[in-house]
Amino acid sequence: MTNVIVSSPYLAPGNSLKRLMTQVIIALIPGTVAYAWYFGPGVLINITLAVLFALMFEAIALKLRARPVMPHLTDLSAVVAAWLFALCLPMHSPWWLVLVGIGFTMIAGKHVYGGLGFNPFNPAMVGYVVLLISFPREMTTWYLPGSVSGATLTLGDALAYSFGGADIHQWDALSSATPLDQIKTGVGQHIAISEIRLSPVFGNYGGKGWEWVSLGWFVGGLWLLGTRTIRWHIPVALLGGVLAMALIFYLVDIERYASPLFHLLSGAVVIGAFFIATDPVTAATTDRGRIVYGLLIGFLIYVIRVWGGYPDAIAFAVLLANMCVPFIDYYTQPRIYGEK
Amino acid sequence: MRTKLHQFHGGLHLQGHKAESLSRDLQQASLPERLYLPLRQHIGEHNKPLVDVGNRVLKGHAISASTSLIRAAVHAPTSGTVAAIGDYPVAHPSGQTDTCIVIDVDGEDEAATPFIPDLQQLDAREKIELICRAGIVGLGGAAFPSSPKLSRGKVQGIDTLIINGVECEPYITCDDMLMRHYSAEILRGVGYLQRILNPKVTLIGIEDNKPEAIAAMTRALAHAQLAAAEIVPIPTIYPSGGEKQLIQILTGREVPLGQLAFDIGLFCQNVGTCVAIARALEQDQPLISRVVTITGDNIREPGNWEVRLGTPVRHLVELAGGYLHGDSSHLVMGGPMMGFSLQGDQVPIVKASNCIMVMREQTMAHSLGYHDECIRCSKCTEVCPAQLLPQQLYWHARAGAFERAHEYHLFDCIECGCCSAVCPSGIPLVQYYRAAKSEIRAAQKALIKSDRARLRFEFRERRLLLKKQQEEERRRLKREALQKKKVQAGGEIPIADPVQAALERVKARKLAQQEDSQ
Repeated sequence: MTNVIVSSPYLAPGNSLKRLMTQVIIALIPGTVAYAWYFGPGVLINITLAVLFALMFEAIALKLRARPVMPHLTDLSAVVAAWLFALCLPMHSPWWLVLVGIGFTMIAGKHVYGGLGFNPFNPAMVGYVVLLISFPREMTTWYLPGSVSGATLTLGDALAYSFGGADIHQWDALSSATPLDQIKTGVGQHIAISEIRLSPVFGNYGGKGWEWVSLGWFVGGLWLLGTRTIRWHIPVALLGGVLAMALIFYLVDIERYASPLFHLLSGAVVIGAFFIATDPVTAATTDRGRIVYGLLIGFLIYVIRVWGGYPDAIAFAVLLANMCVPFIDYYTQPRIYGEK
Repeated sequence: MRTKLHQFHGGLHLQGHKAESLSRDLQQASLPERLYLPLRQHIGEHNKPLVDVGNRVLKGHAISASTSLIRAAVHAPTSGTVAAIGDYPVAHPSGQTDTCIVIDVDGEDEAATPFIPDLQQLDAREKIELICRAGIVGLGGAAFPSSPKLSRGKVQGIDTLIINGVECEPYITCDDMLMRHYSAEILRGVGYLQRILNPKVTLIGIEDNKPEAIAAMTRALAHAQLAAAEIVPIPTIYPSGGEKQLIQILTGREVPLGQLAFDIGLFCQNVGTCVAIARALEQDQPLISRVVTITGDNIREPGNWEVRLGTPVRHLVELAGGYLHGDSSHLVMGGPMMGFSLQGDQVPIVKASNCIMVMREQTMAHSLGYHDECIRCSKCTEVCPAQLLPQQLYWHARAGAFERAHEYHLFDCIECGCCSAVCPSGIPLVQYYRAAKSEIRAAQKALIKSDRARLRFEFRERRLLLKKQQEEERRRLKREALQKKKVQAGGEIPIADPVQAALERVKARKLAQQEDSQ
């Protein structure tokens, strides 16, 4: 009797990538539901398309790279990346926009580097940024929540838009700048924030509808923390960074700088903090490093939002911080046992 | 007095799987027909055999020993005849063979006449000498010879003696059984350690999942004549039985990098070693047996046996009722976290063997083949008791960037296996570290070797050069001396060139002929 020599430990694995990814998908549900509730079913179409395209690209890439297809396809990492990518798109987007974006996400963001685990940049953000600079018109056409525009969009309407069968002029009336956009343009024209906020797109704290969607992401984020899928360092540091920056400038001039709570509940700060910046592959990996990483993103978000060229800034902030990760990790190594 | 407990970083709550082997009481294993005793059963150099094939040995006779500082003799576990000395499979992660002394057991179990000293008359150094002669090594798993450790500890000065009855690894119950059955003997061994080392405090750490062992030890302590000793139940969390972790739990102190426990006045010894010390000093009985757990999902009657060293695993398997499902078993020596696979059931029990896990092949199948890639989730960092960054170590080890891995403290990894156990990608991390460590060690060895070769070469070159210079110098001196001699003999004699002379002769003759013809 001769045994194959394998190395300990010999315990059955208690964890898997699939389990981790499933937790993320579960955590995405409350925010996604709130999103669809306020802004119509378009987002669900985007998610569905993105997931299907992502799996297609993943399978093609694995095939071309001569890697085992099924284990990777079923680890759900592509589903999570696609879902997050879809949430970055305007709620109504043509199908080809999703295709191009997810193509870049999966191929240029992930597989050219060697697939899952080897990509230095957050793949969903890579795809999003490519679209943002290539298709600025499509990527900045956002729509009002139904409660503001008064129009109730059916699934059929949304599908018609996605696949090019809709009357664009009719839709134009429903589109609107996002609350962050309005603040940016308004402040640029020296209008006081208290005045800008009289516009119907604003809710009590952030943008109307958006504040509830953010709350949904927050609930999901707590789920991720509770199940120990992610740890507190990145979200706390990121939110803390945004809040601290916003608070400082808010106290400097209340009419030129929006409130910390507005910054927190508008745009993608909450989903960024819990779902995007926490992508483990591209984030810092030490505890202290994650705090630095989170703070850096928070700081960059505020800087780009207020003084940069884009109203929201999660993608750029995350990609810039991704670049710093090797540096951050090297200089934030923990003290090891027995080290002075 | 109640010792305040501390925590170490990380660790895991694991399924104990201890009930299986605790369901039967400790049994004495019968003698097999043959015993296989490897020359090396401890950390240190190989022993040299002291017996020849055909010699009759008695139980307790030393059969192999060495003269190096870190040494542990091996003794005949029973009486019999030396049948062979040669290479046989042994318990080693590499699966290689090693030199063993094979004893044909005669079944008499005839013991050598013991020499029982008056312990009151012996000083610490003499006690250590007796422990050395008994071939005692740490029985917790590392098998480091006890006597050099005691000598060092004695020199350094010890304030806290820590007795390790933690046994944190799943499946293993031999120390638990030992504490239930030999508590008095353990404490007598502790007493001898106290007299050798003079610690201020003695702490006996036992995981709180062993209430019976704790009770037995507490009862025995009430009757023992021990100064300032305390039984300390500690929370069950793997790897609390690791020496550094136990020190942290009991004292809150860390062993500084590059130092050992006795450098900071601490001395750890396993409960099994205490029994061996007591037997060696009181009965002149060398280390010839130990308690071994045999358990797993493919053994009929898991339990604990007191086994003579050298007993083949197969014999133990038979004692435990044999394999449950055919014999396609995966055998592991040690526990599921830090043990290693055996090549087969012919390997013998050695001093370090605390447990034999007999597992079905399919329960082990996951350890092989495909694994996902690291996603840097750092679950491994959370559980690492050495507070390392296993994900970074993996990255560098995998890339062959061994210097980088070294920088990330690869050699401070205690190979407890926590990181591998929690990895969502199922990466056998420890396997990568072991491979990297051995490659670095091999490279260092090769470097030392090539350095030596280079030095030898350079020395030879220098030597040859020197010889050449000396030769030339000698010749020069000789030439000079010759020259001087000639000058003294009467001026310099012009050197005649025969060719020139011949040419001139020819010239003269031609000239004469021309003159003749005119």
